[in-house]
Amino acid sequence: MTNVLQVHDLHFSYHDGRPALRGVSFAMCAGEKVALVGPNGAGKSTLMLHLNGILPDRPRDFVHGRGEVSVEEKRLTRDNLPVIRALVGLVFQNPDDQLFSPTVFEDVAFGPLHMGLPMKEVEARVESALEAVRMSGFRDRLSHHLSVGEKKRIAIATVLSMKPQILVLDEPSAGLDPRGRRTLINLLRELPITMLVSTHDMKLVQELFPRTIVMDEGQIVADGQTRDILENEELLTAHGLEKP
Amino acid sequence: MHFDAFDRYHETNSFVHRLDPRIKVAVTVAFILSNALLPDGAWIAFGLSWMLLLFANIFSNLGIAFTLKRSFVALPFALVAITVLFSIPGNPLASFHFLLWDLTISDTGFLRFVSILIRSWLSVQMAILLVATARFPDIIHALGHLRVPSILTTIIAFLYRYLFVLGDEVFRLMRAREARSAAAGRRSGRSVVWRANVAGHMAGQLFLRSYERSDRVYNAMLARGYAGHLETINPHELRRRDYITAALALLAILFLQLAGRL
Amino acid sequence: MQYSPAPLHIPDGFLSLVVSIICWVISAITLSAAIARSNKSLGERQIPLMGVMAAFIFAAQMINFPVAGGTSGHLLGGALAAITLGPWAGMLVMTAVIVVQALLFQDGGLLVMGANILNMGLVTAAIGYGLYRAAAAGNRTLKLTVAGIAAWLSVMAAALFTSLQLWLSGTSQLQIVIPAMLGVHALIGLGEALITVAALTLILQTRPDLLGENSASAKGSRGWVVAGVLISLAVVLLSPLASADPDGLERVAEDLGFLGKGFSAPYQLIPDYTLPFLGQSNLSTVLAGLIGLIVVGAVIVLLGQGLRAKS
Ligand SMILES: Nc1ncnc2c1ncn2[C@@H]1O[C@H](COP(=O)(O)OP(=O)(O)O)[C@@H](O)[C@H]1O
Ligand SMILES: [Mg+2]
Repeated sequence: MTNVLQVHDLHFSYHDGRPALRGVSFAMCAGEKVALVGPNGAGKSTLMLHLNGILPDRPRDFVHGRGEVSVEEKRLTRDNLPVIRALVGLVFQNPDDQLFSPTVFEDVAFGPLHMGLPMKEVEARVESALEAVRMSGFRDRLSHHLSVGEKKRIAIATVLSMKPQILVLDEPSAGLDPRGRRTLINLLRELPITMLVSTHDMKLVQELFPRTIVMDEGQIVADGQTRDILENEELLTAHGLEKP
Repeated sequence: MHFDAFDRYHETNSFVHRLDPRIKVAVTVAFILSNALLPDGAWIAFGLSWMLLLFANIFSNLGIAFTLKRSFVALPFALVAITVLFSIPGNPLASFHFLLWDLTISDTGFLRFVSILIRSWLSVQMAILLVATARFPDIIHALGHLRVPSILTTIIAFLYRYLFVLGDEVFRLMRAREARSAAAGRRSGRSVVWRANVAGHMAGQLFLRSYERSDRVYNAMLARGYAGHLETINPHELRRRDYITAALALLAILFLQLAGRL
Repeated sequence: MQYSPAPLHIPDGFLSLVVSIICWVISAITLSAAIARSNKSLGERQIPLMGVMAAFIFAAQMINFPVAGGTSGHLLGGALAAITLGPWAGMLVMTAVIVVQALLFQDGGLLVMGANILNMGLVTAAIGYGLYRAAAAGNRTLKLTVAGIAAWLSVMAAALFTSLQLWLSGTSQLQIVIPAMLGVHALIGLGEALITVAALTLILQTRPDLLGENSASAKGSRGWVVAGVLISLAVVLLSPLASADPDGLERVAEDLGFLGKGFSAPYQLIPDYTLPFLGQSNLSTVLAGLIGLIVVGAVIVLLGQGLRAKS
């Protein structure tokens, strides 16, 4: 099977000079659902930002970094940034950062609109993305009137409307009540798309993801079947994780 | 928590709610302009303007006194106009002694003072009706259609979106401050300067958080294909009833102007 | 918690049409320049930055501190916005705040919004930034001191501009409105200065890079210093002058054609079908008639389009 995503020897430091990524390599196959776990500050969010070329594109924050990222065999460079960003749908941890428009429609339409699609197609994509997250009636709602759970689902819709090949979610279940969490889990299970999800929610990992990557201090310390990793108590305690 | 105190839109189904937001913005501005053009003491025209306003209230399904009940926000500012009561020459209406001064209210001064208040009071009511019947994002679209530069409308859209988020943050900061000063025993705590410093510290904290948030928002925009040029959507289309309402409103306002000059 | 308006927002009805329009023109020209220039100093991240920072100013204005007798002080923010974001971006941010306050909260009118933008957004930013920029090379104490003075002066200038507009509109008497407005705002300005300095102190401690050499704050040109100093001088010199010799200023305004006899002229653009600046002439009557015709024409066109849109 071909790799949709390939990351090779990625290094990165923020402007304070402390390394946040120290040689990260892994690959993902089409249709795979992978969990990314590790303590706070491990570098999960930083890694995810690299997957659609955000940090290297911002010289202000970019001190030194190297390595490469390829999506569908295309190497991420400045020239194909727009293509890669359409292929990798990145959902940020805080939905108030992700949803920056006054209305749900404007937010879900933002991606397709900036891909240069015609208005008809944009409308159609908004409809189907909202349907995919079961929020069809919410098109004309104001973002600030949504509950946290609704915001998280709309946030996923904002990238689904770009029809990405890979969905990258940063701590999607953080801050949700049990019902919101349950709805989200069902949604993630049903979405037929390759997925990389960072989380501290080990029950969610156990329930949804066949494969788990463990990160700590900017490096991948384990990568394998979720079953095996959750059995390895030594590994879990060493990296501040808990058995579900 | 939601900051619903900031919401001014009143959801209901009415003729005015269904109008295109551009028409509502244009008519509101025309009405306020008309008030400014009416001469002092044009009582009949002022009265007719109020009638127009009452009709607008009725057609909005919000109750005839909707805007009246909310219209006193501008009243405190009336203080700055109080001097016209005494300063404009005319026939004296009343004189009295206040502290050091002997003050005489002239009839022209009184006329002018009351006219200023009425103009202000009418204008503010129409503005209240505008935000009660058009959702703010739609008003932003209307501004775009009416040629307000897109960079300004975009900043306004962001401001509107993050008003609620940052409003929440301010609320939490102030709650924490109150909890601390209550724990310290005295309600307001030490000197005014010290309190101003605490407020400034809060503003600084809020600044830094907002700055970092703008960075994350920028990342979120980049991730969805933003490359420095912002596409905007203008989902509104003018229909027949919009044109006709605009025309009738303009005619009514023209009539008000004539009535004010008879 | 209540959203608390600053006491400078002029509502509709308090300024004459002529003064409102002049202020709109000045503001519009300045804002066009701001739109053209802010792009250069901030690049493509300017939109989210200015948008979120506009929300910040709005929210920061709600932070209040009790002063005495149930009154409370709070921030206007023009100086702070211009010092931290640069003058042009500061102006745009303040403008967005004033627009939302007027449209959403009726805090300040629509027809007079040009004046409110000028007073609270443009003048405050020019003074705040201009004076701060003059001290930008100095040490931290100097910078903060100057920022405090600039914040105080920015509020005083806004109050002075507001007073002048009210007087030119025939709404207030000069010898009362200037001492009253400036007296009140001398105190309000102290709050502004204290909050601005405390906020800047924290920012300089935590993120000095935001105010450092490569920041938007450092990129404003030296011309701002001149503008800031000039407006400040105007405030410092004009205020006592105006209070001491109001007749002098009134004579000037009369000569410039602002004030007609007994406050009547400025706010009637087409009184009795004559245009005030043309006097009681035939031409004036004809022009007034023309304006009426244009309005009627616009109505007819709109009606026609409405009927056509049916099909
Ligand atoms: N914008 C930033 N500027 C400087 N350092 C940062 C920034 N974002 C994250 N870091 C640092 O990079 C490291 C990795 O952070 P992050 O990727 O957010 O970890 P995680 O998502 O696993 O919690 C941490 O040490 C964090 O402090
Ligand atoms: Mg993280």
